[in-house]
Amino acid sequence: MTQYETIIGLEVHVELKTKTKIFCSCSTEFGAEPNHHVCPVCMGLPGVLPVLNKKVVEYGILAGLALNCQIADFSKFDRKNYFYPDLPKAFQVSQYDLPIAEHGHLEFDTGEGEKRVGITRIHMEEDAGKLVHQGSISTTTHSLVDYNRTGVPLIEIVSEPDMRSPEEAKAYVEKLKAIIQYTDVSDCKMQEGSLRCDANVSVRPLGNKEFGTKVEIKNLNSFKAMQRALEYEIERQIDVVEDNGQIVQETRTWDENKGITLALRSKEEAQDYRYFPEPDLVPVVISREWVDSIKKLLPELPDEKKRRYIEEFGLPPYDASVITVSKDIASFFEACTRNYPEAKAISNWIMGDLTRLLNSHNMDIKECSIKPQQLVEMLKLLDNGTISGKIAKTVFEAMFETGKDPGVIVEEKGLKQISDASAIEGIIDRAIEDNPKSVEDYKKGKKKAIGFLVGQVMKASKGKANPQVVNDILQNKLDHM
Amino acid sequence: MKLYQKTAHRLHEMLLNKEVSSEEITQSVLNRISTVDEKVGAYVTVLGENALDTARKVDRKIKDGTNIHPLAGIPIAIKDNMCTEGIRTTCSSRILYNYMPPYNATVIERLGEVDAVMIGKTNMDEFAMGSSCENSAFFPTCNPWSTDRVAGGSSGGSSASVAADEAIVALGSDTGGSIRLPAAYCGVVGMKPTYGAVSRYGLIAFASSLDQIGPFGKDVTDCALLMNVICGHDPMDSTSVKFDVPDYTTFLANNVKGLKIGIPKEYMGEGIDAEIKNSIQEAAEKLASLGAEVEETGLPHTKHGLSAYYLIAPAEASSNLARYDGVRYGYRAQDPEDMIEMFKKTRSEGFGPEVKRRIMLGTYALSAGYYDAYYNKALKVRTLIKQDFDSAFEKYDVLLSPTSPIPPFKRGEKVDDPLQMYMVDICTLAVNLAGIPAISLPAGMVNGLPVGLQLMGKPFDEGTLLRAAYTFEQNTVHHENKPSI
Repeated sequence: MTQYETIIGLEVHVELKTKTKIFCSCSTEFGAEPNHHVCPVCMGLPGVLPVLNKKVVEYGILAGLALNCQIADFSKFDRKNYFYPDLPKAFQVSQYDLPIAEHGHLEFDTGEGEKRVGITRIHMEEDAGKLVHQGSISTTTHSLVDYNRTGVPLIEIVSEPDMRSPEEAKAYVEKLKAIIQYTDVSDCKMQEGSLRCDANVSVRPLGNKEFGTKVEIKNLNSFKAMQRALEYEIERQIDVVEDNGQIVQETRTWDENKGITLALRSKEEAQDYRYFPEPDLVPVVISREWVDSIKKLLPELPDEKKRRYIEEFGLPPYDASVITVSKDIASFFEACTRNYPEAKAISNWIMGDLTRLLNSHNMDIKECSIKPQQLVEMLKLLDNGTISGKIAKTVFEAMFETGKDPGVIVEEKGLKQISDASAIEGIIDRAIEDNPKSVEDYKKGKKKAIGFLVGQVMKASKGKANPQVVNDILQNKLDHM
Repeated sequence: MKLYQKTAHRLHEMLLNKEVSSEEITQSVLNRISTVDEKVGAYVTVLGENALDTARKVDRKIKDGTNIHPLAGIPIAIKDNMCTEGIRTTCSSRILYNYMPPYNATVIERLGEVDAVMIGKTNMDEFAMGSSCENSAFFPTCNPWSTDRVAGGSSGGSSASVAADEAIVALGSDTGGSIRLPAAYCGVVGMKPTYGAVSRYGLIAFASSLDQIGPFGKDVTDCALLMNVICGHDPMDSTSVKFDVPDYTTFLANNVKGLKIGIPKEYMGEGIDAEIKNSIQEAAEKLASLGAEVEETGLPHTKHGLSAYYLIAPAEASSNLARYDGVRYGYRAQDPEDMIEMFKKTRSEGFGPEVKRRIMLGTYALSAGYYDAYYNKALKVRTLIKQDFDSAFEKYDVLLSPTSPIPPFKRGEKVDDPLQMYMVDICTLAVNLAGIPAISLPAGMVNGLPVGLQLMGKPFDEGTLLRAAYTFEQNTVHHENKPSI
């Protein structure tokens, strides 16, 4: 049976979080009433002209630097012409042959080592508006158009066809997202559309040098959608090849409900965008001085941070990768380390309970009510024996729910660990009395039976008894019976 | 002389001397419009009450002793491709027949700041595409000198309004000669400033890299006064240039001594009407007699200008005019089957034949596989033409030529022959490709029809053009000719 290799390249659109749009001073804020963030310029009314938002270029350069790109010293805008009701000028101002940044790369961990994916180019462009169909798109009698998003600045990041599996594609986007978020030029919220993916996919028999015919898949608007769409498409293409068929060069769209990709248009039907230089804008001339000054704004990026965490805090590489995926998680972690020496304990809590709670509440760490100092205090309570490891989980959840300090929660709920032997002895005696079978087993040499007895004591003390103390007293008592 | 026949600078003196009120001037012009516009067809929209309101405001200022600008209270006609807030702006197109802009073009704002009296919106070739003002979706504008002839285009309404005394001054736009040609045909002064000297914000685009707004006047002085108002950097237009705007009236000196004038032979050769050639020769001799050094020169790439122009301008137009799709404003076709049909029907019904022709030309020139052969090559020719001018201006201060190769032609004569119509632009369009300034002024009459003299200058050297034009005007009587409409 023939083995196949998958070739994936990605085009990622990232909405820049400038305050105003790319060519006018309208707000870019998400979620406004339809057609409230519009003006004659972004509506493309007759006679209007664009004026480039300098911040967009700055953000483009910043993203380019973070992705190891060469920054152009001469860049220009071009018009991409096509008709659609959400595109008020019937052309999108984009960049064609002289993009702001080129020849970059990023690296991610595949589990079998580092993988490098080339970044072909980054270009700046304006976003289009949004059609709101009345009912389903196929049966609708009319559609409404919301132009709030029209003119929101985007960068499109085009990768080389360097990925070989849906997992790598996912890892690439995750890493890209992390880097872009670190630079703070975008929120990269897939659910709000501030990060959108299109993929170019082809398959070829393993060992072949020639690429197969590629298919573009649009509408990959979540990690899950991307993974599923790619898996489906690869299988579809292999089936076509196996049946001695021909892959058609075309654009397909991912149908989330049906779980399949659908043909949108073939290469022959592909639009001729008739790109030409935008005559209403002057070329963008970028001085080395400007690039250098922007370079200074570049924060410590995930890879550097990861290396530092390994060296400085002795974190295992896996922990360091996970913690540095998000800038906010990393800063939470670092804030904790300033007041607590056990970095590994911090990363355990972040990667374990905290991540679980955030995920189950669909929350971002920034929205989390637990502050780094509170986690530190809780760890200290754990260390000094005020609470047990088991109680700590309860306290942590309460902290998450209420935002209260761990000390307050322990006090209010009476969760303080009981380490005083005299307070525990009575409970232990009752456990011995109630479980003669276990005592007998222990005496017969089944030393494990003590575990059951400790469990009974813990249960009776509602988890507050110090398990070590319980264990010691129990053993002593049993051995002297 | 009636009020409506006077120049802006003369009327300004009269206003200052309280010999007349702006209301009287405005009323006089409005009356003139009611009398003659039936025959001329200069206006798409006449602003009676609005104009009189502004006039009265100026009169109050004069009464209060407030300083007024030389153009305050002076009726001005505006080509109907400049956006005027709350006033219909049509581009003389069916597709914008009902379009009401929510904002003012920068030039309109600037005219408002000096209290100029906007008296109406003038007819034009649809979307400024044409050389005769016959391509209006509404009606043609006729030449006031002979109403069976064309007014020239595309700013024919503006030039005819000034020539027929239906406005004191006017604004037009010039993409390949659209100010200068109608100025020549109607016997008035028209100037195309350097690309970037005047903001295009609010000028409904035809070809963005060529379009430029400019003035019409009954004499050179009035043009200079308008230049003072409209020129200067505008943050809303990225292609407008930051430069120190001079007081253009300071260049109005009767002196061309030592001025070096070149006559490019390509502009005086084949295809130029013999009598026009004579008038231009006479004009050149006149300037020489006044002390200018006049000699023949050459602009070797001139012959390729027309082809380059008719690729670049339509290419940009095909994109600029794509927004008229019936979705948001303007004309929308009735009962389309679906979205695509709405686009197609709206555009088929909304645009006239010349606009469609240019959209198709431009779309073709930009298409995959043709881009390099057409659009890109045209850009290279454009660079060569620019270089021709650059080297000519190393030697000369001003270049002199006819504005049009032929006198105003009969209406209907060329409408079915686009190539013949395009040829009318051969003396004017290279100026737009090079981005330089040029002025057209009356240089005599041939068979009762005006002849236009074109002077071309270095970028941002409008001052020298104005000085040369003013000197010519002061020493000739051509500008005093009036049509007997």
